Amino acid sequence: MGPGKGSEIHARKNRRANAILVALGVIVVALAIFSFLVGRYPISPDKVVCMLAGQIAPIDAFWTDQEATIFFNVRLPRVVLALLVGCCLASAGAAYQGTFQNPLVSPDILGASQGAAFGAAVAILLGLGSFGISALAFGFAILTVMLVVAVAQAARGNQVLTVVLAGVMVSSLFSAGVSFTKLIADPTDQLPAITYWLMGSLTGAKPADITLAAPPMAFGLIALYVLRWRINILTMGDEEASTMGVNTKRLRMVIIIAATLVTAASVAVTGMIGWVGLVIPHLSRMLIGSDHRKLMPASMLMGAGFLLLVDDVSRLLTTAEIPIGILTAFIGAPFFLYLITREGRK
Amino acid sequence: MSVKIENLSFSYGSHEVLRDISIDVEEGTLVNVLGPNGTGKSTLFRCILGLNRNYTGSIIVNGKDIRTLSIRERAREMAFIPQSHKPVYDYAVLDVVLMSSGAGAGAFFSPKKSHVDRAYEALERVGIGFLADRPYTRISGGEQQLVLIARALAQNASTIIMDEPTSALDYGNTVRVLSCVRQLSEEGLTIIQSTHQPDQAFLYADKTLVLHEGHVLAYGTPKETITEGLIGKIYGVEVEVNSLYDDKVRVCVPTRELARR
Repeated sequence: MGPGKGSEIHARKNRRANAILVALGVIVVALAIFSFLVGRYPISPDKVVCMLAGQIAPIDAFWTDQEATIFFNVRLPRVVLALLVGCCLASAGAAYQGTFQNPLVSPDILGASQGAAFGAAVAILLGLGSFGISALAFGFAILTVMLVVAVAQAARGNQVLTVVLAGVMVSSLFSAGVSFTKLIADPTDQLPAITYWLMGSLTGAKPADITLAAPPMAFGLIALYVLRWRINILTMGDEEASTMGVNTKRLRMVIIIAATLVTAASVAVTGMIGWVGLVIPHLSRMLIGSDHRKLMPASMLMGAGFLLLVDDVSRLLTTAEIPIGILTAFIGAPFFLYLITREGRK
Repeated sequence: MSVKIENLSFSYGSHEVLRDISIDVEEGTLVNVLGPNGTGKSTLFRCILGLNRNYTGSIIVNGKDIRTLSIRERAREMAFIPQSHKPVYDYAVLDVVLMSSGAGAGAFFSPKKSHVDRAYEALERVGIGFLADRPYTRISGGEQQLVLIARALAQNASTIIMDEPTSALDYGNTVRVLSCVRQLSEEGLTIIQSTHQPDQAFLYADKTLVLHEGHVLAYGTPKETITEGLIGKIYGVEVEVNSLYDDKVRVCVPTRELARR
């Protein structure tokens, strides 16, 4: 007993958690490599490796131009985007579930998705191109959350409750706005475009999407990762947390900003992809426990892997390509239901 | 160190909750705060902890006016032990204790090995080191309360405020938790805790602060303050205060029940 025993117990737990994280990391990398190879036009592994290496070192091309185009303009951006978006949505979900002390909240609890949907719908009505749609979706997502936070600041009472209530209300406002844009949209081309956007899809992923989304994503993900231990304290309630030296208002605001940036950036380039942000943190918690120091990286990896897997299913199994927003629920929900019933029997 | 409160008043809107409270708590004292529900005990604690800001008067903790301290600086001076409650998520006991280790540190702090060891030592100090890797939600209420005490100890503050630490505990756990608190005060910590049981004050406290309708009705040793008249006044029940074991302890017994026997 005495000094050292505590860190020993802690280290034992850490080793187990780290092993899980490493395993998740390996799975994600393996999935990514697999995803590079397969598709309607399979590309052999040696070509993929050399094409990637060819970016930094001169290698004589033994692949066709068509293969290079497919790889760099279609497959690579799609795989990277699936990884990034899955990672972002899951980490934002984990952060919000901790910050709002509620395991049922998802990244769009503060209206980011509905705001983005409204922005995208307006852009489609205005006849803007894909860059315009993404930009307006991102802008409106940020604007919506700012509005929610401002309303919550003006309201009295429990900050957690007012933020969530304001989020639900403002969301429904923008959701009505989306319905209105559908009503006045041209039913031959604009309406299907809006409907399709709302379902969420990685089909049209372009290198430009990544350039657009990566900076806010990187900023938000780093912030969430750095602050992850503090989320533990926040889950004990504001007053308790503040007697432990945490400035709860400021911390919650920083987390909201970070989570909003990653959510808005994701939704802006892919449309609405539900489910990942709600359920991946739960699955991670079952796997690795509630400590956010481990939960946050686990959610990030699991979210990335899950969305990539579902996207692979989407593009491999069906020629018509079911939008990923639908598939995440089709694949994820039954799996989750299986897990919680299994948990109950234990 | 010490807590010195002078002319403290506090109102929620037009409703005055605390009126002109002045007390001096010396270093290493265990103070029991007694008073019926709604008399301002929790409000007083919230003021001392800096959670209620717009009070009048002054609160000096360890020589520092808490009004001038930041959240972080306050956490260095005082720790708070709430009533044990079930957190939404299931943390390991050691991780719950570890939460206080960042008190006073910067925003990017994350606990190191030395903090983990200190957290474990705190668990050992309250006698539950063996629970370190158990899930916090799956230990008993008394054990949870001890974990929160350990968390306050790991915060390394010299003053501890406890809000009714035993109100939800069974008899055995109540005795265990209170004797642990008593022990800590003997080791030099200044502890202010609220309670509903006058008998507990006789057994465990150095001093008793009696709050009644927002002001100080009495402040002194338990034997001086807790009298038949005072209990009748604040709780509206007639009791007989009995002395036991050469006046080492006293107990309150409701006279109405004695008359029935």
